[in-house]
Amino acid sequence: MTATVQRLQHVEAPTPRHRSTVGLGLGALVLLGVLAVVMFVSITIGARGVGLHTIWTAFTDYDPSSAEQTVIRELRVPRTLLGLLVGAGLGLAGALLQGVTRNPLADPGIMGINMGAAAGIVVAVMLFDGISQSTSVWVGFAGAGVATVVVYGVASFGREGATPVKLALAGAAVSASLYSVTTGVTMSDLQALNELRFWQVGSLSGRYLPVLSQTWPFLVAGIAVALLMGRSLNGLALGDDLAVALGQRVRLTRVVVFVTVALLGGAATAACGPIVFVGLVVPHIARALCGPDYRWILPYTFLLSPIILLCADVLGRVLVSPSELQVGVVLGVVGAPAFILLVRRKDLAQL
Amino acid sequence: MTDRTSDRLQDDRTHDLRAEDLTLGYADTDVVSHLDVQVPPGQVTVIVGANACGKSTLLRGLARLLKPRTGTVLLDGTSVHDQRPTDVARVVGLLPQTPVAPDGITVADLVGRGRYPHQGWFRRWSAEDDAAVAQALEATGTAELADRQITALSGGQRQRVWVAMALAQDTDLLLLDEPTTYLDINHQVELLDLLTDLNREHGKTIAMVLHDLNLAFRYADHIIAMKHGAIVTQGRPADVIDADVVEDVFGLACQVVPDPVSGTPLVVPRSRHHVRALTSEAESPAAV
Repeated sequence: MTATVQRLQHVEAPTPRHRSTVGLGLGALVLLGVLAVVMFVSITIGARGVGLHTIWTAFTDYDPSSAEQTVIRELRVPRTLLGLLVGAGLGLAGALLQGVTRNPLADPGIMGINMGAAAGIVVAVMLFDGISQSTSVWVGFAGAGVATVVVYGVASFGREGATPVKLALAGAAVSASLYSVTTGVTMSDLQALNELRFWQVGSLSGRYLPVLSQTWPFLVAGIAVALLMGRSLNGLALGDDLAVALGQRVRLTRVVVFVTVALLGGAATAACGPIVFVGLVVPHIARALCGPDYRWILPYTFLLSPIILLCADVLGRVLVSPSELQVGVVLGVVGAPAFILLVRRKDLAQL
Repeated sequence: MTDRTSDRLQDDRTHDLRAEDLTLGYADTDVVSHLDVQVPPGQVTVIVGANACGKSTLLRGLARLLKPRTGTVLLDGTSVHDQRPTDVARVVGLLPQTPVAPDGITVADLVGRGRYPHQGWFRRWSAEDDAAVAQALEATGTAELADRQITALSGGQRQRVWVAMALAQDTDLLLLDEPTTYLDINHQVELLDLLTDLNREHGKTIAMVLHDLNLAFRYADHIIAMKHGAIVTQGRPADVIDADVVEDVFGLACQVVPDPVSGTPLVVPRSRHHVRALTSEAESPAAV
């Protein structure tokens, strides 16, 4: 403490932010290493044991007749990449929403994204009497997008535009009505219910490669934009008035953030179902680690989210091997108690 | 450093913030209508008026938090809405009435956020930013709080930290919306003394809304008294403030006497009770 005071009196000396920057940078490198290990484990562990050599040759010297190599190329690697992108996308969408709405409970769900995707899928199944799996990704995505636009539009009425409180209310209202639509459709259409059931558990299992190739451009673009938003979110965290006074374009920032959230949340949810835990909780863990600076919260969320998602996915594969538990189920069962412990142990920063 | 300060002293004389034909409002009510007003450069301006007279609205309009319905807010002759937001934010700073501090943020980090308009995508934290933050902490006497969390501070300390943040923004004009609200009287005086220091020593132009009339008249070089969204009078408090003006603006019967400490106008309300030498009135028994 005293050292800091003395330093501050010398105008040239670094303020505390510089000292913590080194620590946070090192922490990020460690997380990057952990992520690499988790991805490796996710590729190697599964119902069918695969050696390191097989992984290498699957890409350098592919032999289509080798079952192991095919598993790696068609299943494990796409599954891991999907986990990476979906995890990062959901986590960042949550962090962006919590930042822009200054609401610690915000996650893509409050923007109506989950209910929008669900409604999109069941309505499409009902209208077209069943849809292909690749179509269900698109209609889920479209449903999420429409829901987000409606929520934002409703919240934008009035003089102050889309304030955090109005967004939360509009999100809750739109989600509730979409839920009614979804329930109504599934009550009368068994096929729609089955499709929804499959999608709703939140799963990385099934059709990785086609889903990955459908959604990766949106996820990658959204992640890139999200990682650049730290400075703007830091401004918004001080309240709209101060953000404007500091020269920030508040309305523009909001629009960019919501488009990004719709992109990330929509694509991730369409790909893997509503996995709520990551978007809600991981930004809090990141905030507990690195404080209120979004220029650190966002990269930490980006690294932590896929670590947690992939760990849950691997756990789901190991626990009931040779069968599998869905990643959403594992996250809920293991993650929720872990999070409660974390909250009790440490005063989680609100926002 | 001294060179920079003197540069700034000369510089601020040239920055001119004014409103022409300004109408501001919410929903379907105009709160301020067709107002012409100038913030005199290099002076401390205080806006006073009864509740809902439009004083905060005017300040918010000057700080471009509200879009004008008619007229313009001009900074150095150009509409603030036609200039790049960060360009304006390097000249005009604002401390809103109820600023929000992110939970868990330290004083130094919060003050550092005032540097936003001086940074960009490619120009991140620099030695100049460090210097501005250190200066702001020192000027407000908050340097020893640098590592503390905002939530752990008292109201008076917190308000000084917010002023420090506005100072770190390094603007020649500083607008403050009721900066003394929620402060004890000693902290009010302390804060207003600090703002006067900033005006006299650093040459900052200051415009603020204050509730306490006597403090307003004491600290203002230039007073603007508002009623129903219009300016009733403006000028040096000693020149323009008398009992009639206060009665007109606030509907308060009063005497205005010279402040025994500063010589500025001091408002002494005439209440219904507690009035000396009124002994015979039956309806005011408490006067005895």
